[in-house]
Amino acid sequence: MNPQDRVSETEVLMPTDFEVRSLDTNCINESQLQHKWYHNLKYAVAGIVFGIVLTKAEIISWFRIQEMFRLQSFHMYGVIGTAVVVGMLSVWLIKRFKVKTIYGEEIVFHPKKFNKGQIIGGLIFGLGWALTGACPGPLFAQIGAGFLVILVVLASAVAGTWVYGFFRDKLPH
Amino acid sequence: MLEIIKQPWPWYVAGALIGLTVPALLLLGNKHFGISANLRHACAACFPANISFFKYNWKKEVWNFFFAGGILLGAFIATQYLSTPAPVQVNANLLAELKNYGITDHSTLLPKELFSWESLFTVRGFISLVVGGFLVGFGTRYAGGCTSGHAIMGISTLQVPSIIATVSFMVGGFLMANVILPYILSL
Repeated sequence: MNPQDRVSETEVLMPTDFEVRSLDTNCINESQLQHKWYHNLKYAVAGIVFGIVLTKAEIISWFRIQEMFRLQSFHMYGVIGTAVVVGMLSVWLIKRFKVKTIYGEEIVFHPKKFNKGQIIGGLIFGLGWALTGACPGPLFAQIGAGFLVILVVLASAVAGTWVYGFFRDKLPH
Repeated sequence: MLEIIKQPWPWYVAGALIGLTVPALLLLGNKHFGISANLRHACAACFPANISFFKYNWKKEVWNFFFAGGILLGAFIATQYLSTPAPVQVNANLLAELKNYGITDHSTLLPKELFSWESLFTVRGFISLVVGGFLVGFGTRYAGGCTSGHAIMGISTLQVPSIIATVSFMVGGFLMANVILPYILSL
């Protein structure tokens, strides 16, 4: 580990709203490392592979989503099922052998807490998923695949997220 | 080889590669797979509006924008260079049902009759695109994640709330596709 990768002291002391973040977003990594911006390009590469897979397996297709919810095809169940099994095995191996990140940091997992949002919000998302034929990942892929009108869907999804944030305190959780 | 790649990929290939995204992101920098969070980061970056939910250091999550940008680019590469122009295979029953609503195009992954700029100005197109997108954004954040964050990352780490969320996603999807969508497509 390079000494310049170490985070500055002020950064460490900066308070972070763990409650809000752990409840609402999956990205709660508090890495002690700080990198130049181009280190993020490795995530872009992971994204490119993921985008190719989403497109080639037609997961971004409205037809595949309709077939899933009409029980007319096994395809989506196969994809999600395999992904979960492979993901589970990987996580088990990482925990079992205490695998570290490429920077030598310990990999940490954060337990999620149950709240009513997972049911109510989940139902709302499900309605939108079957209507648009896309979850957030495929939205980006559909745009890349040339369906520029999906920019409207993405903008609307950002608006939906914003409206949730605005009314958050008044909603049952 | 290239001919095989150009065909649509089977579920076990796609599923395995998607599953491997989980360890890939963890190994690259302790990142938890989840895409809907970047909609929140977009709000935090562009329209925080003094809402506490959007007041945090979004710059620490900038990796997620790179990941999403990669998805966009990957789909472009797949469509431009790794695909055949053959029409999308669609279940015969679904095709027959859609024909009743005047949706017959399956030359690309999304039917033109619903996903085009012209359709945006029809009632059913507006509902599918604008209302649908809103439900996706509102619902995922309310649920604390989407298919990637809950169904794949969450269940991979054996989180009970994620299983509950995933079941809710499916219930909502079944309800829309089988009960509500026929009315919307008739509009």
